[in-house]
Amino acid sequence: MRQLTAILPLVLFIALGLFLLNGIGKDTKSIPSPLIDKPVPEFSLSDLLDEQKTLTAADLKGRPALLNVWATWCPTCKQEHAQLNRIARDEGITIYGVNYKDDRAKAQIWLEKYMNPYALNIFDPEGKLGLNLGVYGAPETFLLDAQGVIRYKHIGAIDQLVWSELREKMKQLEVN
Amino acid sequence: MVRHALFVILLTLSGLVSAAIDTYEFKDEVTRERFQSLASELRCPKCQNQNIADSNSPIAKDLREELHRMLQDGANDQQVVDFMVGRYGEFVLYRPRMSEQTYLLWYGPAVLLLIGVVVVLLVSGKRKKAEPGKPKTSLSDAEKLRLDQLLKQEQDK
Repeated sequence: MRQLTAILPLVLFIALGLFLLNGIGKDTKSIPSPLIDKPVPEFSLSDLLDEQKTLTAADLKGRPALLNVWATWCPTCKQEHAQLNRIARDEGITIYGVNYKDDRAKAQIWLEKYMNPYALNIFDPEGKLGLNLGVYGAPETFLLDAQGVIRYKHIGAIDQLVWSELREKMKQLEVN
Repeated sequence: MVRHALFVILLTLSGLVSAAIDTYEFKDEVTRERFQSLASELRCPKCQNQNIADSNSPIAKDLREELHRMLQDGANDQQVVDFMVGRYGEFVLYRPRMSEQTYLLWYGPAVLLLIGVVVVLLVSGKRKKAEPGKPKTSLSDAEKLRLDQLLKQEQDK
């Protein structure tokens, strides 16, 4: 009994150490989204390239796709743009864009200049859709299934590593 | 005279030094107070260790605007909180709600305090048991003898 109490502090110390170790290296910048497994929120916004055309959540259904939130003022968006171009062109992935709190003319010029990987681009100048999607910093990318339900969210640029993870998740969606 | 002028200038400038202040119109004083208390309890998702009242980041500004709009439209506090949590998760609450994930957070300190009290009681109980009435001399007779010898040696030196 005496020996047991003697090693008790050590045991407690190790327990505390393990508990704290658990928190090390965790990405505190990415907040888990409460929107996972929920449909894309309803919206009615114009097409970035065609002011007359109205887009709604129904336009995002049909096949698994990426929903990429971007803006011309966002440097990381520029960084990931080539990767999005490649994914859309070489792998035939459907990417929808949300042009978030941006200027229509600037965004159109950007797409001409750097190519357009997006099947559709939703123009969200006030960030209302962004707010409903829980966007807090572009770029953010949502993975949608064929029914337009959000299955996964990635915050930050899509690089080769992130894309290989996303592709795996997309493949699983296509199987189901 | 110059001093007075300087004082007035500094006083006028001091109004500029403050956290994110927007000019919101409120329908009444109660709504203004609710706005301020909610804005100080909601955490900015981008700048993490600031509330949306203090932060100057664009997202905090958007959330303040949304909060203002909701309050002006007559939303109650619970509706505002549900709205924010529905989009940004429990993370936005500086006072997390009671749930399985937050039990440790809410009850942890009380449990630790309880453990502390138990330990103190156990230790003091042991002490009392060890000294029945008179103060205990912890040295045996042999040890006392040895102590005397050592002290004597020291004196002889």
